[in-house]
Amino acid sequence: MTTATSTNRTGALQRAMLYVIVYALTLLWLVPVITALITALRTNDDILARGFWSAPTVFTLNNFVLAWTRGGLAHYLPNSFIITLPSLVFTLFLSSLAAYALSRFRFRFDRLILFIFVAGMMLPFQILLLPVFRLMNAIGLYNTYWALIIFHTAFQLGFCTFVLRNYMRTIPGEILEAARMDGCNEFRVYRQIMLPLTLPAMAALATLEFTWIFNDFLWALILIQDDALKPVTTGLAALRGQYVMDWTVIVAGSLIATVPTVLVFLFLQRYFIAGLTLGATKG
Amino acid sequence: MTATPVIPAEKARPARRAPRARSKSWWVPYVFLAIPLAMFLMWVIGPMIYSFYLSLTNWDGVSAPKLIGLRNYVRLFNDRVFWIAIANNAKWVVSFITAPVILGLALAMVLNRNIPGAKGIKSAFYSPYIIAPVVIGLIWGWMYQPANGLFNSVLRAVGVTDPPGWLADPRLATWCIIAAAIWRQVGYVMTLYLAGLQGVDPSLIDASMVDGANPWQAFRHVIWPLLSPVTVVVVVISIIDSLRSFDLVFVMTRGGPANSSSVLANMMYIEAFNNYKMGYGAAIAVVLFLISAGFIFIYLWQTLRSELEY
Repeated sequence: MTTATSTNRTGALQRAMLYVIVYALTLLWLVPVITALITALRTNDDILARGFWSAPTVFTLNNFVLAWTRGGLAHYLPNSFIITLPSLVFTLFLSSLAAYALSRFRFRFDRLILFIFVAGMMLPFQILLLPVFRLMNAIGLYNTYWALIIFHTAFQLGFCTFVLRNYMRTIPGEILEAARMDGCNEFRVYRQIMLPLTLPAMAALATLEFTWIFNDFLWALILIQDDALKPVTTGLAALRGQYVMDWTVIVAGSLIATVPTVLVFLFLQRYFIAGLTLGATKG
Repeated sequence: MTATPVIPAEKARPARRAPRARSKSWWVPYVFLAIPLAMFLMWVIGPMIYSFYLSLTNWDGVSAPKLIGLRNYVRLFNDRVFWIAIANNAKWVVSFITAPVILGLALAMVLNRNIPGAKGIKSAFYSPYIIAPVVIGLIWGWMYQPANGLFNSVLRAVGVTDPPGWLADPRLATWCIIAAAIWRQVGYVMTLYLAGLQGVDPSLIDASMVDGANPWQAFRHVIWPLLSPVTVVVVVISIIDSLRSFDLVFVMTRGGPANSSSVLANMMYIEAFNNYKMGYGAAIAVVLFLISAGFIFIYLWQTLRSELEY
């Protein structure tokens, strides 16, 4: 046996071992998801009587029905959309305006303004909680959908402006200049040239922002008190608080709450991944 | 106010930015910025500053805040729970800059080499990132459940008679929550490193291999240095994320048992919104902010450096 083939063999063996480790780790990573699925499909009595680590005797969809009806997901879930979709539209629109100004113009304080947006997006929420709570109370929006829509729109402007600005800077100035020469004013250049060219970045941001806003818990906890207005995140936490609710129903509810973001992810995965890296690296 | 301040050095730079706005229309960028900037100042920057003021008051959420100097801070530094929370935040930070970074980088390295099923593996790792932290907290809370949860069911099945109480055990609670948080974070770090590896020229690695480097040496001396800008961003984002973590703690333990898993973010919420000590809560928020601020500046430095150099 020559040395070349023996190193090839150890190489192949090493690779096989590496693959086994990676596949095992992947399987381990799916354990919580699999656990949740199995839990939601079993009856609480079955788990209580025989422990989780036992072959299920019956499978049922009743937990999903209970979570939807008695658990209140039938109104929590629509609330999440009522809050998320307008926030998403407003924040994308407004940040594209700000990004256009910050990417294509040179003016006094332009860098300071960019700095403010980027610094603001990294803040720990706790530093904003009390003043925002107080302000929303003062202007009478506390405990309304609008409180969350306005806050999410404003806060997400930081990240979206930063990402869109970096993206817009990669678009060659000649294209815009040509339009200006043709007599377009800045607002038409923005709307008819810049906005269509920015759509890929917008799509990436939209998927990411949808997930973030939809999954928000803290702001809904602070700004919404009325059970009828709660989004699905604080709604689920409230379910957990009621000790009459079985774990199987809570887990089924959790799975229902995850469906919208999973769908967005499945269909727009490419954009989602692009969005994740947009924020961390420079455009 | 003019739209075109004259910065001499700027002239030397190639016109990467758009041509300057003509001085006649200096107001154009301000029109685009007006609403977004006003909203951001009103709902983010203004509140941040206002929190500093509130931290110097005895506000209880009902009556008007009254200035009491630094008394909230003095009380805070003598509060036993504060030091527990600080210690737990440190555990979060250390865990976040080690486990997810190492695992995320390792996965990115492996997946970058076209392992069969790479797409499915990637999806498995970043799927936790799209699940709401509340949902993660509920599902992991159920897995940790001492009587019937997954972990103790398995432990009993293999013959452990006295399995741990997990979230009910003061020594374990924080680590249990961190485990769930790491589960969520790894895919994100992996994604950032995968993007970073796209920028690494494979011929550099081949060249080092031809020169007799083994794969570890190629990683250590070629890839790792090239990835260092990504690593800086990953580490800083991880630290900031770990300091922000609230949802998991709130849903899984609320900081208990007996404050053993409390972190600053959670302690702030409880003092302000459960105990109505809003001035005190603001002081906790300010401390959390000051700890984060250093890292936020590193992030800003890393991402905006090229913009600010002239």
